[in-house]
Amino acid sequence: MPVIDPRVFDVYVVACGFLGEAAVFALGDGALRVVLGEMDLTVQAHDGGLLAARFAADGRSILTSGDDGRVVRTDAMGAAETLFEKKGKWLDQLAEGPQGAIATAAGRTAWVRLADGTVKEFAHDKAVGGVAFLPKGLRLAVATTDKAMLHWVNASGAPVDLPWKGAHTGVTASPDGRFLVTTMQEPALHGWRIDDMKHMRMTGYPQKVKSISWSAKGRFLATAGANAAILWPFFSKDGPMGKAPLELGPRDRIVSAVACHPSEDVVAIGFDDGMIMAVRFGDSAEVLLRQADGAPISALAWDAAGVRIAFGAESGAAGVVDIRR
Amino acid sequence: MTSPVSSAIPVTVLTGYLGAGKTTLLNRILSEDHGKKYAVIVNEFGEVGIDNDLVVDTDEEIFEMNNGCICCTVRGDLIRILEGLMKRKGRFDAVIIETTGLADPAPVAQTFFMDDDVRAKTRLDAIVTVVDAKNLLARIDDSPEAEDQVAFADVILLNKIDLVSAEEKDRVRAEILAINPEARIVETERCAVDLGEVLDRGAFDLDRILLVEPEFLKSDHHHHDESVKSISLEAGDMQPEPFFAWINQATQEQGPNIRRMKGIIAFENDPERYVVQGVHMIVEGDHQREWKPGEERRTRLVFIGRDLDFAALKAGFDACRAA
Repeated sequence: MPVIDPRVFDVYVVACGFLGEAAVFALGDGALRVVLGEMDLTVQAHDGGLLAARFAADGRSILTSGDDGRVVRTDAMGAAETLFEKKGKWLDQLAEGPQGAIATAAGRTAWVRLADGTVKEFAHDKAVGGVAFLPKGLRLAVATTDKAMLHWVNASGAPVDLPWKGAHTGVTASPDGRFLVTTMQEPALHGWRIDDMKHMRMTGYPQKVKSISWSAKGRFLATAGANAAILWPFFSKDGPMGKAPLELGPRDRIVSAVACHPSEDVVAIGFDDGMIMAVRFGDSAEVLLRQADGAPISALAWDAAGVRIAFGAESGAAGVVDIRR
Repeated sequence: MTSPVSSAIPVTVLTGYLGAGKTTLLNRILSEDHGKKYAVIVNEFGEVGIDNDLVVDTDEEIFEMNNGCICCTVRGDLIRILEGLMKRKGRFDAVIIETTGLADPAPVAQTFFMDDDVRAKTRLDAIVTVVDAKNLLARIDDSPEAEDQVAFADVILLNKIDLVSAEEKDRVRAEILAINPEARIVETERCAVDLGEVLDRGAFDLDRILLVEPEFLKSDHHHHDESVKSISLEAGDMQPEPFFAWINQATQEQGPNIRRMKGIIAFENDPERYVVQGVHMIVEGDHQREWKPGEERRTRLVFIGRDLDFAALKAGFDACRAA
């Protein structure tokens, strides 16, 4: 079994990842822990709970939002900068977009902050369940009740509605920008091909899908919420329409977190009993990375080189797995 | 490693019509020295003046489930906020949700049955409804929400008791019991109540239903609204298979008219008490504990709702009795 460098934080791990060589853990009490060997740095990013976190695409900083109404960018040295503030709001949605834009949301309102500090506000009739950017241009995707929406951030064009009945609680765009996928209050995903609004229903989950991850080049969308990682194929023109998904690492427990390898066809799978394994797409070969300890895995991420995996659990158990050793 | 049951955070839902005294009660809970910390979820349009460092404002957001059942609504905003609060476990001991005066309690209660995450991590401790002794009868006449709030309650704070005569008070009590004979009524002035009567009640005050004699069986008072609002069914041992088949069918058929259902069931050859509870069409059950030595093995099932078909429910229930 690969070597684990274990950490104990005693606080819910909201997200984890890497800034350069250092592993970073975003904790429910508003703190970030930056660890590398003997180094263990604590940055109190939020005055209160930390609700969402995203690692910047350039791998140099982490964005977090919290119930203190702030979005904060923190780098590997622990330097923190407040990018956005809405006092009294629970900012529980977060996305990073092209051209240094960030998006966040609370209740029925979404905000985009551009690199120059300009803030654009997007009001909705119903709660904003999730925000994401399309990879090109500056378009904000929003999940809300009975539809997803695409807003133009800079242009004044009317937003595009992508209707589908039900409460949409999260949203992601495929890396090539052709597909939009939402997670729902029901145990299902819904997708649209943006060009022609063609629908994709992705159902059959026993539980809500709360963790998703695009594989290298966006070939598959890996999802939690079932007793195996469910990977929907997106490499063909029609996406997953009419195709069966891969089911990797089947067990009698529910998958609570997934993270695809940055370059290989491999997915790391965290279960609701704390077990973690890595599974190869082609032959379903499994490697056990961590034994079960009873606490659900809540965060999982590869480093850029694809040789280390950071993980965190609801119990605060965390660590880094090095698969080279 | 802790089991989900023992670590589940208790949640108290506080309802009541505008002006009944909800905020007074809330402030009392938050200011009294009881050594406990509460996270409080309030509505932006609710009454103001709450002093606590863990207050969350929310907009009511009703999610309809996509399964074609009109009863199956949950509060999306609560799911989201409770999910956020669970990341800060340890900062607080319990959660209080204050609803607006006009809120239908059903989606709030259903959230605790229907959402997997909420169900795994929290426990609906009790629905507490504050009513104004002076104005309740008028409110029930002119707004269905006021009646719903009484029907859903585990505990009713009959507040402003100093403002009514003994006679008026009796009329209000009779009306409350006609709607919800299982509720525990606590009389208060300015919501002055021993908080132990309101908080951490556990299991929906479920044991009470074995103790209470339904008021409508004892008295012959008649209210202007003749529709059947509550039904209490009793038996000894029951047969499990017919019972589960019947309760599922009955709640599907009468679900829209059932506000709440709760019961303790003695199944034949089963040493443990089985408890069931439900909201509209949703039913949930589990073993609770062993019957104690000397404890009478008695089945009691209560439906609270409107226009309930008493004959059908009783016939179906009786058909499940053990020989």
